[in-house]
Amino acid sequence: MFFQTDQLQHLLDNLQAKGYACIAPQVRHETIIYDEITSVVQLPQGINDQQQPGSYSLSANNGSKYFDWANGPQAIKPLLFAPTEMLWSSTRNADGNISFSAVEKSEKKLAIIGARACDIAALKIHDLHFLQQQFVDPYYQARRENLLIIAVNCSHPADTCFCYSTGDGPFVKDGGDIVLTELQHGFLIAAQTEQGENVLSKLVLQESTAEQCAESERIKSNASKQNRQLPKLDVKSRLFDELDSETWHTIAEKCLSCGNCTSVCPTCFCHSENEVPELDGKSSSHYREWDSCFGQGHSYIHGITIRNGTSLRYRQWLTHKFSSWIDQYGRSGCVGCGRCITWCPVAIDVTESVAQIVEAP
Amino acid sequence: MFDMNPYLPHEALIIERIQEAPELFTLRLEFTEPEIQHRYKFEPGQFNMLYLYGVGEIAISIVSDPEDGNIIDHTIRVLGRVTRGMNKLKKGDRIGLRGPYGRGWPMQEARQKDVVLITGGLGCAPVVSAINYIQQRRAQFGRLNIVQGVKHSDDFIWKDRYDQWRELPDTKVLLAADVGAELWPWHIGPVTVLFDQLEFDPQNVCVMMCGPEGMIRATCDHMLEKQVLPEQMFLSMERNMQCAIGHCGHCQYGDKFVCKDGPVFSYDKIRDLFAVKGF
Repeated sequence: MFFQTDQLQHLLDNLQAKGYACIAPQVRHETIIYDEITSVVQLPQGINDQQQPGSYSLSANNGSKYFDWANGPQAIKPLLFAPTEMLWSSTRNADGNISFSAVEKSEKKLAIIGARACDIAALKIHDLHFLQQQFVDPYYQARRENLLIIAVNCSHPADTCFCYSTGDGPFVKDGGDIVLTELQHGFLIAAQTEQGENVLSKLVLQESTAEQCAESERIKSNASKQNRQLPKLDVKSRLFDELDSETWHTIAEKCLSCGNCTSVCPTCFCHSENEVPELDGKSSSHYREWDSCFGQGHSYIHGITIRNGTSLRYRQWLTHKFSSWIDQYGRSGCVGCGRCITWCPVAIDVTESVAQIVEAP
Repeated sequence: MFDMNPYLPHEALIIERIQEAPELFTLRLEFTEPEIQHRYKFEPGQFNMLYLYGVGEIAISIVSDPEDGNIIDHTIRVLGRVTRGMNKLKKGDRIGLRGPYGRGWPMQEARQKDVVLITGGLGCAPVVSAINYIQQRRAQFGRLNIVQGVKHSDDFIWKDRYDQWRELPDTKVLLAADVGAELWPWHIGPVTVLFDQLEFDPQNVCVMMCGPEGMIRATCDHMLEKQVLPEQMFLSMERNMQCAIGHCGHCQYGDKFVCKDGPVFSYDKIRDLFAVKGF
C-alpha cells in the first residue's frame, strides 16, 4: 500500500491517540538520536549523514525525505535495556529487619518510528537473550510488551554499513509491526503483525502502483551496494584457531579499551550491578548499568583480573561477537550496523580486524 | 510487583555464625518468610547470591545438605568489600538471599561409583558440599578418595572434618602442602604426587575437582592417562558473577555462562578453553 507524505502526521496523531509516545529520529548534538516527538517537523528532513571510521557528520541536502540517512549512535537498545536503571530497593528498620521491593513495571507504551533492519535484527537477539532463556528479565519484558515498531527500509547506507554482508539488511524482512519504504513522493507501507494491521486500518491508503514498487526495488538494490563486508571464510572456527595470533597485539596497540564500541553496539548486553545506599542508612537501591568487556573490572574475581590487557579484551569481544555468540544464540552477534567503526575514536574497523585475524596464512 | 523476579532477594536470618579459621566463617541461614523457605530446594554444588544491606551481592556456594531441614549454610572467606562486611555479622542479623543458581555436582550419576574429590588452594566449599553429601549416604557410593592440597600447611582448615572423613568406611584422605610447618604430618609438595595412592576403578569413577585451574589441568591430565573419560571428570569454576541468571555477561567462558551452564562442568564441555589465558 502507499500513502502520501502528508499522511505521516496522521500516523503520529493516531499513535498518540492510542496512548503511544512516539519515539523518532531527530537531529541533536550534531547527530541523529531517537527521542519523543509530537510533530513530523521534528524529523530530520533533508539530512544526510557522512560516516567514516572514527567520524560522523550531518549535512543538509535540501531534499524532502525524512529518512535519507543511515543511522545514529543509538538504536532500539536503550529503550528496552536501559543504560542505567534501578532493579529493586531495600529498607532496614530499627530492629534490623530488611524488606525488599522490586521497581514497578513500566506501563508506558512506546512506538518507535524509523527503526532500521539492523536494529530489528539486534532486537531479536536481545529478545532471545533477555526473554527466551532459562530466566526472563522482567524489566526488559515490561518494555518489550509495550513496544510498537514502525521500521523504515534503508535507502542510503553509510560507508561503515555492512548489513548486506551479515544478511540483516538493508530492507526489513520481519520483526517490525509496520515497515515503510520512503519514495520520492510518499511511502510504501506494509504491516508485519496484527498490531501493525490495526494501525494501518486507521490511515488513508492507496494501492501501490507498479512504478512505486519498481522505485522501491531500485532503492533496495542501491542500498545493498555497500563498501564493507565480512570475510566469506569460516569466521566462527577461524577466530578460535587464531587465539595466539600476533594480530590481537597489533590491534591492541591502537585500541584505547574505551568501550565506545560496546556502548553503541545494538547487541552488547553486558551490565554490572551496583548498590547505592542512602546517606541516612535507612534504605538502599540496587541498580544495573551497561558494562563493557573492555573494562578492567569486567573479568575481576577476588584479586585476579582474567583479562588484564587490551589484547585479551579485544579478543574476548571479537571471539564472542563473531563466534561463541553463534553457539549461544544460533547466529552471530553482529548485525552489520557499522556503529562500532564510526564511533571508535581511533578508527578501528571491525571488518578489517576480523579479516586480519581469519585471513592469516 | 513481579511474582517471580529473579533479581529480587528475600530476607534471611542468621541462625548461627561459626568462625572456621581467622579469615573464614560460616553463616547458617533461614528465610524469614516460611513460604519461601518451604519452596527452597537446592543441589550440592549450586550457589546463592547473598546480599549485605547497603553494600551489594556476592555469589557463595551452599555447603549444607539438601535434606538438612531448613538451614542453608555458606562458608565464606574474607576477600572483598561484601565479605569483609559479612564477617562482622552476628547471630540474629539479617541479610538478603536469592537462589539457588547453576548446575551442581552429578550426585545421582556418581552413585555406586568410586569417587575422587580433589581440592586445592584455600578451603574449597563447593567440593565440601559433595563430601558432606556422600558422608550422609556413604553406602550409596563406592570407594571414596579425598585429596586436599594447600599452599602452606597453616592454610589447612577443618582438620576435625578431615579426621571424621578418614574414619568413614572405604575412604582415603590424602593431604599435601607446598610448604609444611614443623610437625605437619602429611605430604609436602603438589597434590599430583599423591595421585598414585588413589584407589578407584577408572571405568567406574566420578572425579570432582575445585581449585586453581593449573592444579585442575594437571589432575585432568593424570586422569586422562589413567583412561578416565572426560565426561566423568567434573570441576566447579569461578568467574565474576553479578546477576547469576545468565544475563549480565561477566562470567562468560567461551560460549558458556558459568552462572547457569555451570558452575560445575564436566571436563569434555570446557577442555578446549581450559587454562587458556584470558577466558
